[in-house]
Amino acid sequence: MKFAVVNFPGSNCDMDLYYAIKNGIKQEVELVDYRALSLEGFDGVLIPGGFSYGDYLRSGAIAAHVPIVKEIIRFADEGKLVLGICNGFQILTELGLLPGALIPNEKSRFICENVDLKVINNQTIFTRDYQASEIINIPVAHGEGRYYCDEATLMELKQNDQIVFQYQENINGSIDQIAGITNKQKNVLGMMPHPERALEKILGSDDGLKLFQSIINYQRVNN
Amino acid sequence: MKLVKVYVTLKDSVLDAQGEAIKSAINTMGYNQLTGVHMGKYFELNFSEDYENLEHDVDAICDELLANPNIETYHYEITEEA
Repeated sequence: MKFAVVNFPGSNCDMDLYYAIKNGIKQEVELVDYRALSLEGFDGVLIPGGFSYGDYLRSGAIAAHVPIVKEIIRFADEGKLVLGICNGFQILTELGLLPGALIPNEKSRFICENVDLKVINNQTIFTRDYQASEIINIPVAHGEGRYYCDEATLMELKQNDQIVFQYQENINGSIDQIAGITNKQKNVLGMMPHPERALEKILGSDDGLKLFQSIINYQRVNN
Repeated sequence: MKLVKVYVTLKDSVLDAQGEAIKSAINTMGYNQLTGVHMGKYFELNFSEDYENLEHDVDAICDELLANPNIETYHYEITEEA
């Protein structure tokens, strides 16, 4: 598989994601500039964490209006794989590819720590290598990670099994302890925690590796 | 020149964490009768005098960029700039 990591002004987890693909699952990967007009030839697009445009206006708001987003939307519409992590998740909600919004943490404080997540849906292309209800330890680093949506949207998320990860302890005040969701078609995943920072035990946890392996194994089985 | 003043605030259903923090700071200053602070954003947009469909376009700019309809509401005033 060949992955694109989109580089926005202010992205700072682009190289972490790049190495997660290159070394973690040994697949092809390229950094793609936010001004690029095409994602032709790629099988998946990854939107990294960071502070695109300095979080001006709202986190992810300005990045949702740059040239590459037309291609990201096309990818999502065609059922191709789109993964947004942290600021990437914020950008996907601002684009309307995922429902709801990420707002400042309940206690106005930047949270940077390893947290336990529960795998709620292990039937997606991103999570099929995890056990159902498996508890995994993944780092978070965000000031605006509190997931918010209205009641009707929350009902829909539940009915369609779109909630993929929940915090074991509600660190930021997210509704229903949501840490990661997919779109209805389940080809677009957004999550606040950083699986690309949890690939090696020596760095604290390798629980993020299975997320990337899931993608590859899914591809193998289905091609 | 037309001047459009846009105000964006969080919906009542969304907790305004910054407003709450500011409120507690003001209470600490001794203003104990202050019961609420809501923080928002203010924008000034300048348009040429003969701009057509101004309201239509300002609505679109607010809906698509300045406000996130999932969490925020907005209102604006169109004024003549001196």
